[in-house]
Amino acid sequence: MKRKVSLTVNGTRREDEVEPRLLLVHYLRDVAGLTGTHIGCDTSQCGACTVLIGDKAVKSCTMFAVQAQDADVQTIEGLAKGDQLHPLQQAFWDEHGLQCGFCTPGFIMAGVYLLSQNPNPTDDEIRKGLEGNLCRCTGYVNIVKAVRTAAKTMGGQTKQPQATAATAGGD
Amino acid sequence: MAVTQLVGAKIHRREDPRLITGHGHYVDDFLRTGMVYAAFVRSPYPHARVRKIEVTDAAKAPGVVAVYTARDFKSVITGATHPATPSFVAEKKHVPERRPIAETEVRFQGEPVAVVLAESGAQAVDAVGLVDVDYEPLEAVTDIEKAIKPGSPAVHEGAPDNICWDLAYAGDDVTAAAFAEADVVVKERIHQQRLAPTSMEPRGVLAEYDPYDKKLQIWMSSQGPHFIRLFISGALGLPESNVRVVSPDVGGGFGSKISPYPEDYLVAAAAKLSGRPVKWIETRTESIQNTTHGRGEIFDIEVAAKKDGTLLGLKVTQWLDCGAYTATFSAFQPCACLMAGGAYKWKGISARTVGIFTHRVPTDPYRGAGRPEATHLAERAVDLVAREIGMDPVDIRRKNFIQPQDFPYTQNFGLVVDSGDYDKSLDKALELAGYKELRQQQADLRKQGRYLGIGLSTWIEICGFGPSAATAPATGGIALVESAQVRVLPTGSVIVYTGSHSHGQGHDTTQAQIVADTLGVPYDSIEIRHGDTAEGPAFGYGTYGSRTLAVGGLAIHMACRRVIEKGRKLAAHLLEAAEDDVSYEQGKFMVKGSPDKAKAFGEVAFASYGAGLPDGMDQGLEATAYFDPPNFVWPFGAHICVVEVDPETGSVDLQKYVAVDDCGTVINPLIVEGQLHGGITQSIAQALFEEVVYDPESGQLKTGTMIDYAVPTANEIPDLVLGSTVTPSPSNELGVKGIGEAGTIAASAAVINAICDALSPLGIKHIDMPASPDRLWRQINQARATAGNGQKGVKA
Repeated sequence: MKRKVSLTVNGTRREDEVEPRLLLVHYLRDVAGLTGTHIGCDTSQCGACTVLIGDKAVKSCTMFAVQAQDADVQTIEGLAKGDQLHPLQQAFWDEHGLQCGFCTPGFIMAGVYLLSQNPNPTDDEIRKGLEGNLCRCTGYVNIVKAVRTAAKTMGGQTKQPQATAATAGGD
Repeated sequence: MAVTQLVGAKIHRREDPRLITGHGHYVDDFLRTGMVYAAFVRSPYPHARVRKIEVTDAAKAPGVVAVYTARDFKSVITGATHPATPSFVAEKKHVPERRPIAETEVRFQGEPVAVVLAESGAQAVDAVGLVDVDYEPLEAVTDIEKAIKPGSPAVHEGAPDNICWDLAYAGDDVTAAAFAEADVVVKERIHQQRLAPTSMEPRGVLAEYDPYDKKLQIWMSSQGPHFIRLFISGALGLPESNVRVVSPDVGGGFGSKISPYPEDYLVAAAAKLSGRPVKWIETRTESIQNTTHGRGEIFDIEVAAKKDGTLLGLKVTQWLDCGAYTATFSAFQPCACLMAGGAYKWKGISARTVGIFTHRVPTDPYRGAGRPEATHLAERAVDLVAREIGMDPVDIRRKNFIQPQDFPYTQNFGLVVDSGDYDKSLDKALELAGYKELRQQQADLRKQGRYLGIGLSTWIEICGFGPSAATAPATGGIALVESAQVRVLPTGSVIVYTGSHSHGQGHDTTQAQIVADTLGVPYDSIEIRHGDTAEGPAFGYGTYGSRTLAVGGLAIHMACRRVIEKGRKLAAHLLEAAEDDVSYEQGKFMVKGSPDKAKAFGEVAFASYGAGLPDGMDQGLEATAYFDPPNFVWPFGAHICVVEVDPETGSVDLQKYVAVDDCGTVINPLIVEGQLHGGITQSIAQALFEEVVYDPESGQLKTGTMIDYAVPTANEIPDLVLGSTVTPSPSNELGVKGIGEAGTIAASAAVINAICDALSPLGIKHIDMPASPDRLWRQINQARATAGNGQKGVKA
């Protein structure tokens, strides 16, 4: 019944036996114990569960854990380097880009992907790039500002922090 | 007193490091040993008789620990559940008893009929499908207009006419004179659609019962854990002291996490019945279906005015969809009637509220709760009159504003508006928006056949709930005051416990700012704690109604002052000075005139736990306070919205949004702006996008996912331009008001007024919400057809 899955999560290799129907988001939360990735809907609208798989942002509720075989998954917990926040985390803090914080991990991961693809986005491009994520508290004003600020801090850096090959069969 | 240092400063939130790194603690992040998962069997019908529930197959399914139905809970849930406050409706015609789980009859789609516990969440959901419920579908009524027609199916036997309440605050006698002298009378019917609050974190409950100590611990996503403890302990027949409710990080609430829900009682009871910790996390569909909805009203208004724009009289009838039961705070929403006059002077306002039962999930407060409806109708009323007499919407507002010298101003329903300067915020908003230029641009575009509209909302609100003298009669004796406890540790660091509870508002930061200034101690030595009934004062009143700062913040301030008073006595003793000669400034107790004779706050704290105290003084440096405000507080502002409507598609391009708001003294501008951004966005969302829709025939929910329920994305919301004025509240020592709901109270009217303004050349006077493209397209086509038929419809 259960199937073995091996993958890398935040740089650590893991091997687990899981039900084939287990969604990646439940794997990350319930098996790997990484509760920073949140669940805000049942239909892949809200984006609270966004993680990076290789170089892509993926809503982790849109795939099964077993589909992440050999994948390199990065969650919100893996973004800071020790005490050193990722520029986007810092910018969300500085610009008051969060209130209740529930959607925030997903926004930050989606933002990391956005800036890796487009290091100097216009405001419209930021809004378009984040349309897969919902926030109920901020009206998006300060989220857009935070991404703008991070883009400046990162100085148009073209590569995303985690530069690994895309291997997962995400959506 | 300490010189203000931190109040007013843009301090970055201390909550954020854990939240931006994925280390927040929301209820679903908690685990208990032996924990099982609950899933609910819910009625698919809005109204049905439950003939039989067969649980055999479900009980045998893999991982299933128990399946409970209403009968199983009878031995555990022995007390009353789902209290309903009388609130602003002093006399209720009928308040039906509500149990958390249906036994013989279901009255709304989603009402629980059985609970499955299983070792995993997936197994619980699997087994829900195996519970076989034999329903006899009954005729349902999901529309308030139909519900009050004779012959409609009754939601409750005790209310055959489906009337929950019918109350006139003021009859037509109050407005008779005003209407008699009117040059113009305008009438309108204004719909307030049902809204799903949709906090990003759905509801969730984790409960664990210890049968040996007879203690129940609950972790849940709540805006008011003390009220939940009160209600659940009563329902389960436990001493209140044996129940602990912890509400950790809460992922938004917007009013929907105040009242007790069926699942709160049932999960706690299931933990007691099964002997296992039980967790339940709401799915999004469950949330849209079962979490209380906001609004759900129809307002009939009549406005009397003079040709010169003088407003005279207003008649308001509120038809409110209560849903299947009277929710705990549903009767708060009639405050829309009491606030219907807005920022204006009226000779008379007559108001009637009618609460109506339907076979839908109950309605309850949602961000603003009654005040957004009041603003919407007042601001629409003023615009309708302006349109009728050909007056600029700015001029008619100015002509009727309550003036700065009128405050404190006793309005038509006896509420005392504490302060305001409505022209000032309007001036600033007009300047920021470039109003004159916009009107010119509008005129130019109209010549090209384009539809640009400018909408105003000069809103006011009542918040900071509330003075016990006003709230006790309205809540059945509950005083909505707030508590705080300040404990100074021997080395001088401070822990503050507050009965309010943040669900995203940054209380840890703003409250520490207040403490730092009041006590004159370093910000980093102050810890703010809330959300745990086992800590701090005996009771906390929670966070809603934009009350945390104006009530809770003042309780903290008051407790700090008590700490200083004790410290001053002790310092005088240590300094061998008369108490009256000791002042407290910047963290030091000093002998007046001898600044070298001083004791630092920390020294006094340390001494307070030692020997050698003055006669009659006991050890320790801590104080508790309950703050009962003398009045509500009254924020206000002016919003201007600019839209262009495409008449071919009915789509609205929201081009500019300017908001100038006044919430009195600002503790942290960063947080005030954030509250406004979010509040305005939720109100724009009501104006343009969101609506809970039920199929009129079957009563089925049609907007049960985020695909159908249109919470806006970043693409739909423009950059919001904010300005502010500061009119300190005379009602409290800090001069503060509330800002949590202001944006939501203000914005829908500005957006709809802008759309009506844009479409005025077509003769369109009123648009209901949401002003979706299909609604506008139909209305535009209808207006054009009417005009094409040579009838009156086109106005200059």
